[in-house]
Order: sequence, then structure tokens, then C-alpha cells
Amino acid sequence: MTALDDDKHLTDAEIEAPFIAASTTDVESITAISSVSKPDRGDGLVGRFLPPAIMLVIFIGIWYLYSTLAFEQAFQRRNALPYPHEVVEDGFLPVWDERQGIREILGYMWPTVKVTLLGLAISIVIGVCIAIVMNMSKYMERAIFPYAVVAQTVPILAITPLLTQVFGDRLGVRLAVVFLIAVFPIITNTLFGLQSTDRLHHDLFTLNGVNRWTRLWKLELPSSIPALMTGIRIATGLAVIGAIVADFFFNQGDKGIGYFIRVRQQAAADRPDMLAGTITASLFGVVMFLIAGAITHRAIRDWHDSAGSRS
Amino acid sequence: MTIATGDTIAGGAGRSIAAPRLTFEHLSMVFPDGTHALDDISFTVSPGEFTTVVGPSGCGKSTLLRIASSLERGFSGGCEVDRDSIGYVFQDATLLPWRTVRRNVELNAELHGVSKSERAERSAKAIELVNLIGHEDKYPKQLSGGMKMRCSLARSLVLNPSVFLFDEPFGALDEITRERLNDELLRLHATEQFAALFITHSIAEAVFLSTRVLVMSARPGRIIGDYQVPFGAERPHDLRFEPEFAELCGRINDDLKDAHE
Repeated sequence: MTALDDDKHLTDAEIEAPFIAASTTDVESITAISSVSKPDRGDGLVGRFLPPAIMLVIFIGIWYLYSTLAFEQAFQRRNALPYPHEVVEDGFLPVWDERQGIREILGYMWPTVKVTLLGLAISIVIGVCIAIVMNMSKYMERAIFPYAVVAQTVPILAITPLLTQVFGDRLGVRLAVVFLIAVFPIITNTLFGLQSTDRLHHDLFTLNGVNRWTRLWKLELPSSIPALMTGIRIATGLAVIGAIVADFFFNQGDKGIGYFIRVRQQAAADRPDMLAGTITASLFGVVMFLIAGAITHRAIRDWHDSAGSRS
Repeated sequence: MTIATGDTIAGGAGRSIAAPRLTFEHLSMVFPDGTHALDDISFTVSPGEFTTVVGPSGCGKSTLLRIASSLERGFSGGCEVDRDSIGYVFQDATLLPWRTVRRNVELNAELHGVSKSERAERSAKAIELVNLIGHEDKYPKQLSGGMKMRCSLARSLVLNPSVFLFDEPFGALDEITRERLNDELLRLHATEQFAALFITHSIAEAVFLSTRVLVMSARPGRIIGDYQVPFGAERPHDLRFEPEFAELCGRINDDLKDAHE
């Protein structure tokens, strides 16, 4: 009788657990709901990849539905919103020809990738330095912060052509566009990390009579790494956008995917190409985001609580 | 801030009881916001002495330690301390989460510019003293509360402190862990002979560890009780259940009740 009660109790707890976990925003926990009765608790391949796959199918279904219902004539549809399979056939295929399809798109992607990575690296280095300076004094923080906000809020589409007209079609200007859009989350997150260093840790360092640089190097910077990593992950997505926006306005030198998208937008018949380019560019952003996440996880998994769950 | 230490045992009689390592004389503290934290505190702690201050929450006990370690300034009266080597154990273990146990234990020595090889030697010894052998490469998040506190103790031990300040270090631990760490701290104190100033809420802990217990009143903190603890350096675990022990706890408890009123 007792054993039976215990057994029942255990089962209740097991059933309850996934629902409690589901109240968090963690994606893994949410997938756990769908597998309450399954032996794998949402950690298997199926639990991980099935939900987003279903969403993709629904999305493509709506796309087909709209393309079919909204346009009376085939040429109207093709010039406005081609079917997904047309994007694949005309945009991505054939794979073997260097002057069309995915090979051509990837050729245009490469300069964009370079500008994104270089611009992101510059944003990280300069952003962290700016945050350190802002952390050194309240007045520095007050002096710099409004302009960090402006860098983020300035309409990047308006300023980019201006920059090209003033400074010319140079790599430096493309990097500046990426920097302008990507540096803000780096600055704010790093500053937040530096400023939320544990007060008792500060006392500990004070007791040891350390100077400002030792404090920065051995206490404040390491403790701000999780926040910095969050900033980098946000900046990664923005850097990709910045690089593509820059591509739109640069006609000299290595032409990027933004140039490809802009040119293929002009002729309506090129719509599948343009969509294929856009999809490739977004996938690049996703890959960058995943890489940044993986680096974060690797960097802090040993010691930081948040590193227990992947994202 | 310099004061004479005339009223202590170390007068001029030639007896070799060392001079106090920590002296408070008519110490008062009023914070800039007007909070009157401490009022006319005078006592000394000599090497080999273990003095504990008990008192109600917010009575300024921690402020006393922060003044002794120069984390807090702006007091009046005298505070003299052998500043060469202060050990400070916080309420929280305050381990750096990105460092392993070994690297955490090395931290104070590292910040004091102790050479790498000597650091390694000293930290290995300290880790042995607090029974953390085998956990050197773990990160703090893998440790229990008691182990974190041991690690924190070891970090201070690496500097061979002559004055050891404890700010309710075991307050967050469960009873069994706390008692075990009390036993170990007693053993450490017997061998290292530092001058200890310990802050706690627990009367039993105070009596078990100390050679002297001071009772502090509610704010502004004053010393309202002063007890020499009659037990020797050898204190078995079950001393806690002796009638004499209970009787002393009872008297301190009575004082504390007054302190709250």
C-alpha cells in the first residue's frame, strides 16, 4: 500500500516537472511539454528539431496559400511573390554555374562576410574600451552615453549614402556603418557587466590593496564576460544588417550581397534571385548568431550558471 | 588615530604575552546619513585570543570589522591593527566564480605579489589545512556551501594572517556543517595562533569558539556584556552539551534579550 502510494507520488512529480519548467522562457523547457509522455524528455533530436520544422512547414504553407490566392495571373505572382519552389529552382539552382544560382550568391556573400566579421571585431574592441572608460568615471559615462545612443538610433539608411558621398566608396566607410549599428549593445552590456561586479568582491580586492588596473583585469573584466557575450550575440545580428545596408550603397570594389539584392530587385523577373539572396543573407546571420552562442557557451560553461542550458 | 595601549596585559611586566594585534579605543562611528552605528567601543584582541561579538541584527557588528580592516573610515576614537596581514572572511564565501578552487585560494597571495612557486606551495598547504584536497580543480558552482566557506578560509590562510576577522562566515550554513567548520576553525586557531575577531548571531557558536565573548546592544552598538570563556583550547565536539556550556549560553542570552530592548 505504501509502496503504491510512493509510486503514485513519484509519477505525479514526474508529470508536474515539465509543466513547471515550461513557465520559463527557455526553448528547451518549452519543447519538453510536447514530450511529457515520451521517454526522451525533449532533449532528443526529435524534441529539439521537430517544433521548428513544423513552424517552417506552416510558414511555407501560408506562403503558397497567399501566392495562389492573391494574384490572378501567373506573371503577376511571379513578379511579386513567386512560389517557394520557384525561388529554389530559379534562385538557388543550378548549383554548378558560377554566374547564377547559389554559386553566384555565395560569390557576393564573401565580401559581406568579410565586412561583417571585421566590423564586428572592431566594434567589440572599441566597444569594450569605451565601456571601460565609461566605467572609470561617472562624468565619462555621462559624456559618452548620449552619443552611444545616437549611434544606435541614427537612421542608418539615411546616413550611409551620406558617408559614401563624403568619404567615398571605401572599405573604411563600410566598416564604419557596421560599427555604428553594432557597437551600442557591446557598450551597454559590457558597462552593465562592469558596473554589476559584486560589492563584496570589490571589498576583497580593496583589502588586498590593488590598483585600478589589477581590479579591472582580474575582477571587473572577468565578471563582465557573461554580459559582454550577450552584447556580442546581439551585435552579431546587427553587424550582418549593417554590412548588407552598406552593400546597398557601394558600387566600387568588392560588391556584396546587398548590391546583388538591390540590383535583382529592379527587374521584376529577377524576384526569385533576389529572394534567394535575401534568404542566404539571413541564414548567414543565423549562422553568426549560433557561432556567437556556441563561443559564449564554451567560454563560461564551467563557471556561470546560465551556461547550464544551451540556447 | 594612534593611541596608547596602556591598559592591557602587555604593560611592562616582562611576561611574554604578546602585545594586542587589534585595539579599539573609544571607537564611535556615525555614518554620513546620520546613522549612529557604534558608540564608545573599547577592547583589544591579542595573539592566540579568539574574541566573538554577538548582538542583534544591524547593531554595527560588521561595521566594527570594516573599520578594523580599513574598508570603512570616518570613525572617531582609536583603532589600531597590525595591518601587515589581515585575514577577512566575509558573510558570503566571495569566491571568484571563474577561478578554480586552487586559483581562488591563490588569489590573495597573487594580489600581494607573492611569486608563482611560493603561491603554489602556500595554497597547497592551505587547501590541506581546510580539507579540500581533491577539489582543487573544481569551480565554485560545483561546491557545497560548506566547501565554499573552506575555500574562502584557505584563501585568507595563504597570507598567514596575524589578525583574522570573521563576519558571520557560517551564518548561511546548515547546523551540522556549521558545527563541523567550528571544530575545524578551533583546530586552525590552536595551531596558527592568530588574533581572531568573530561576528555571529549564534550564541552557541560564540561560546564554543571563543576565549572571550562580547555582547553588543542594538544601535548605536555598545558593549553591554563581557564574558571570559572558561574552557581550554581543547574543546571536544560534545562540549556543546555540557551544563557549564549551556549555563554560559543562558547568561549571554539574557544579555542579548536586554540588548533588543
